[in-house]
Amino acid sequence: MTRIPLAAMIGLFFTGAYFLSAIFAGVIAPYGMAEVVGDSWEPWSAAHWLGTDTIGRDLLSRMIWGGQTTIFVAAAATALSFITGSVLGFAAAVLGGWMDQLLSRTVDLVMSIPSLISALLILSVMPSSLITLIVVIGLLDCTRVFRLSRAVAVDITVMDYVEAARLRGEGTAWIVFREILPNALSPLVAEMGLRFIFAVLFISTLSFLGLGIQPPMADWGGIVKENKEGIVYGIPAALVPAVAIATLAISVNLVADWILNRTSSLKGGRG
Amino acid sequence: MVHPVIKLIAQRIALGLLLLWAVSVLIFVGTLILPGDVAQSILGQAATPETLANLRAELGLDEPPLTRYLSWAGGVLQGDLGTALTNGEDIASAIGKRLGNTLFLAFWAAVVSVPLAIFLGLMAVRYRDRWPDKLISGFTLATISVPEFLLGYIAVYFLAVKWRLLPSLASIYDGMTLGEQLYAISMPVLVLVLTVLGHMMRMTRAAILNVMQSAYIETAELKGLRPINIIAKHAFPNAIAPVINVVMLNMAYLVVGVVVVEVVFVYPGMGQYLVDHVSKRDVPVVQACGLVFAAIYIGLNIVADVVSILANPRLRHPK
Repeated sequence: MTRIPLAAMIGLFFTGAYFLSAIFAGVIAPYGMAEVVGDSWEPWSAAHWLGTDTIGRDLLSRMIWGGQTTIFVAAAATALSFITGSVLGFAAAVLGGWMDQLLSRTVDLVMSIPSLISALLILSVMPSSLITLIVVIGLLDCTRVFRLSRAVAVDITVMDYVEAARLRGEGTAWIVFREILPNALSPLVAEMGLRFIFAVLFISTLSFLGLGIQPPMADWGGIVKENKEGIVYGIPAALVPAVAIATLAISVNLVADWILNRTSSLKGGRG
Repeated sequence: MVHPVIKLIAQRIALGLLLLWAVSVLIFVGTLILPGDVAQSILGQAATPETLANLRAELGLDEPPLTRYLSWAGGVLQGDLGTALTNGEDIASAIGKRLGNTLFLAFWAAVVSVPLAIFLGLMAVRYRDRWPDKLISGFTLATISVPEFLLGYIAVYFLAVKWRLLPSLASIYDGMTLGEQLYAISMPVLVLVLTVLGHMMRMTRAAILNVMQSAYIETAELKGLRPINIIAKHAFPNAIAPVINVVMLNMAYLVVGVVVVEVVFVYPGMGQYLVDHVSKRDVPVVQACGLVFAAIYIGLNIVADVVSILANPRLRHPK
């Protein structure tokens, strides 16, 4: 086991803490998600560590429940974008020819519309449920994973061991999963961190615009939307999610950087 | 014989137009094939089958898709974007004024952020791995990690509420002088600058560092030139193509970033208009706004490509 640098340790610690609090939200949240326990915008106190929100719900509990929703949606969207993006990217690299052209040009087309605009277009006709949000974010984001995994895989497909596998008569599935995937894993894992953060920011933005997670469910973007009127009176409740999102983003970035640095020296960069 | 640069540029522009056409098809088909019915969402749960059928006929929803696409695309080419479902307003005239406001905001954000990003990038290279570099990198990492709308509220909380320096709402209207307008949009501009600055500065730094390993930089160093001269006169001109590319990408990003920032500051622009009509499920407005945003985005990408072709002297002189 190599020594883990300090920055990566801090990153791992915070990332772990956020994920644990998301998983065990029901155990550690002091109050229920939509439970009204006080007046609106009570200041920080021993009973309500972060005060209360616009209609008197405990803000700390809202943040923990909101973190659960945000992290769950972002993680599911990242998983979806990785599975679709990398399988299609590897397939394009291995099959080549018209399949590659078709997939690459489709991805170019989708990427030529900014993803927020695409998401708004889709959400204008589809009801905004958790599943819709996960699928929309996951599929819009898989274009970036596709480009990366295709670029990585194109370099790998010309290697001798892939040629050897082809000559042995292995099928496409074997080549993708047993030859390319293990060798392309490290840049993809580092990218996964960045994609996850992107998904967190994306879902928060959509919720802030009122088009993501619908109330009374909590999520970090929604908490900002609910409490934004307080800002004008100098009540910082809407800024609490900023701290959560920024610390999560920075700590995941630190972990991703570490993974990339640790592996790039062995495998010559992200291809 | 056509000059190869002109040929390259013409090809790039033609490709862009083709892409724009494909995007228009995608936007149209995308909103068509998804489950969900416009007539149903306008009328809500109380709709009877007859009123639904009537509304569909009125909106032209019972025509075949190809006919609808052709009439829509034909209208767009003539500057007619259709009418809004919710209030029957002409979309083109509603967008016109707001697009001007949005571009005004994005323009001033660009005017501030581009020189600043390049300057900070040069400074970071000049003092690389020393404290100015680390400070700039740390600060920009922090701004990248916070979404625009939260940066907006942080700015409002401190600048407008706690210290009362700047206005928290960016309302602009006719008859304001340029100075008043600039004061009104100072906060959204600040937020937009912060969102794009980090990326632009980091890419500028990376592009220049890439060039710094060349032999001619070593020669310049051995001649005894001052480091800042080497960076500004020898390294930067050779890094200009990637820098322009990243600047243009960020300009394109600005046009999208304004969507959120406009909502935060209640600024009467395209973004606010788009978001309002998404929640009202007003599909024609959303399609029109989507097309305008996509056109600007593709347009800026074409400009980026054309400028980097022009910035490459190797392409200017045919062999």
